[in-house]
Amino acid sequence: MKPKVGFFSFTSCEGCQLQVLNMEEQLLDIAGAIDLVTFREAMDPIDSDYDIAFVEGSISRESEITVLREMRRKADVVVALGACAASGCVNAIKNRFDSEENLREVYGDAARYYDTIDARPIDQVVNVDFYLRTCPITREEFARLFTSLLLARRPYDPNFAVCVECRMEENVCVYDMDAGEFCMGPVTRAGCGALCPTYGSSCIGCRGFMDQANFDSMVQVMQDHGMAREDAVNRLKMFNAALPEAEEVK
Amino acid sequence: MATKRDLNINVHHMTRVEGHGNIVVDVKNGELKKAELEIVESPRFFESFLRGRPWDEAPYITSRICGICAVGHAQASINALEDALGVVPSEQTIKLRKLLFNAETMQSHWLHVFFLAAPDFFGAGSALELVGDKPEVVKMALRLKKLANDLGDMIAGRKVHPIAMKVNGFSILPSPQQLRDMRERLVAAREDMATTVDLLKTIEIPDFARETEYVALALDDEYAWISGDIRTTDGFHYDVHDYLKVTNERAVAHSTAKHCAHNRDSYMVGALARYNVNHEHLRPEAAEVAAALGLSPICTNPFMNSVAQVVEGVHCLEDSIDLIDQFLRDGLEEEPRDVSFRPGVGVGAAEVPRGILFHEYEIDDTGHITRANCIIPTGQNLANIELDLRALVPQVMDRDKEEITLLLEMLVRAYDPCISCSTHLLNVEFVD
Repeated sequence: MKPKVGFFSFTSCEGCQLQVLNMEEQLLDIAGAIDLVTFREAMDPIDSDYDIAFVEGSISRESEITVLREMRRKADVVVALGACAASGCVNAIKNRFDSEENLREVYGDAARYYDTIDARPIDQVVNVDFYLRTCPITREEFARLFTSLLLARRPYDPNFAVCVECRMEENVCVYDMDAGEFCMGPVTRAGCGALCPTYGSSCIGCRGFMDQANFDSMVQVMQDHGMAREDAVNRLKMFNAALPEAEEVK
Repeated sequence: MATKRDLNINVHHMTRVEGHGNIVVDVKNGELKKAELEIVESPRFFESFLRGRPWDEAPYITSRICGICAVGHAQASINALEDALGVVPSEQTIKLRKLLFNAETMQSHWLHVFFLAAPDFFGAGSALELVGDKPEVVKMALRLKKLANDLGDMIAGRKVHPIAMKVNGFSILPSPQQLRDMRERLVAAREDMATTVDLLKTIEIPDFARETEYVALALDDEYAWISGDIRTTDGFHYDVHDYLKVTNERAVAHSTAKHCAHNRDSYMVGALARYNVNHEHLRPEAAEVAAALGLSPICTNPFMNSVAQVVEGVHCLEDSIDLIDQFLRDGLEEEPRDVSFRPGVGVGAAEVPRGILFHEYEIDDTGHITRANCIIPTGQNLANIELDLRALVPQVMDRDKEEITLLLEMLVRAYDPCISCSTHLLNVEFVD
């Protein structure tokens, strides 16, 4: 029997759902292999029951906690769909200011209408079975995980630095070129194929940290290449402010 | 009888739009009490948390406001930074940015026309339901969308949250081989465009009109996307630095959402507004399509926004072929992207798929952002959508509730609202 699959979205840009819709060549095959019951961005809902929940977005309101717990209760498998759900993404930058201040800055007198809490990845609220980590998810990582789920195989989720993939792409190290870029590949979890360095930019750390990352050394390298210490620390937290490891970045 | 009717419509989390929103209509005794589009997206506070970030992080962070118009946010952000820093990008950079905008506009318009709006016209809940009935149309739609995405990827590395877009240039350049391959595919897509236009001729666009003001970026000699000044169909003209004189965000009594208004109670931005302001600068192929589909200035039927999107799609396709021909003829060269820092204030505007977008930053002498403001198209359209809803409901009051609900959803969807971008929209508590 085909698994019933739902796509859900909390605080996010919905770019990860869009990346799924952007898999034009595989989209009809994907839809054919499953029983797609809900995908609000693209369809009217068919069913409220599902086996696999792809959850996009961070949790940043009390009301979202209740909805997410309900999803966890219904689904056999919960997948974090992209950086907002997996690590908190840029949503969590706001956590360094207090909520009152954020509300006042953006909404002024109307601030009283808002419900907002510190933005957090979904695994700080419920158990998460699998992670798609890139901002936005790559079409390749979605296809890889989707196939693994259908075949009941353990999905690939590397736990080494982006630098490994960057070398495999035969890129010259951003720091060797001294092009004014500040790459966070050495502490960032691989799995994207080192996309940003490959396109002449530098890793901005969107996939979260690998285990045993050496943050002190990373900050030192960025300082050695001309970045102020405080900016280096903030850069490391640009996508990762809500992760527990971020406490170690000082 | 119809005039005494009670009608209560509440479309909770409407589908096939980007982001979360509700439509609420309340009619008592035939009198319209309420017609609102409520925004229930989580507030995200970009403008607040940009404070304290180094200026060069702004495009990375603000592209994450929206997945569909990520290139648009990155461009408005880069425009604001270049304005503040006094950077004048090269002609090559400007042309590459225009080509990238063509990609984003086509991608977004095809997504909207085929996958979000079309199912309504064919009585389906999603484009997937159309596969059985019209497999060729769905495959064509996917092909057009993929082409637009591949064009965007070729220039920006990745279209959703672009990698290669930088202040004063691009970090990669497409190779001549990539350009030639892409040109071939774009030329082949002309046939799909013709099929799309023929298909659109078979669709009946709801008959509705309401006069309003249309606002868009404009240039004297071309259809404006990434530069220009602000012009309106009521004859107003502003430098982008004066954008606040146009947007005039204000709280209104009947709703807790902030609304924008300029010369009238509301204004419209987006494909239809651009067409109404800039139609003289459409490429001839696109002007022909407009005529064939019954679009003529000044068009005041918001349902025609989807038609204007198809017209713009044709324009962008032809413009892309032209730009690639220029690159193949003149060659692309790596250019220095040096930027010398200076503190200041910068305003950037861009015509993203859903309309005019503004970013403004203040940068202090340490290179950190101290103030940020982003005004997004859907926020500017909100007042206009509600006034359309209020005008449309009485005209269709004698129809059954299901039909009215569908029509109202179609109206809101015609604007292609992008609710995730709602940095300036207010959450609404409401009672059923």
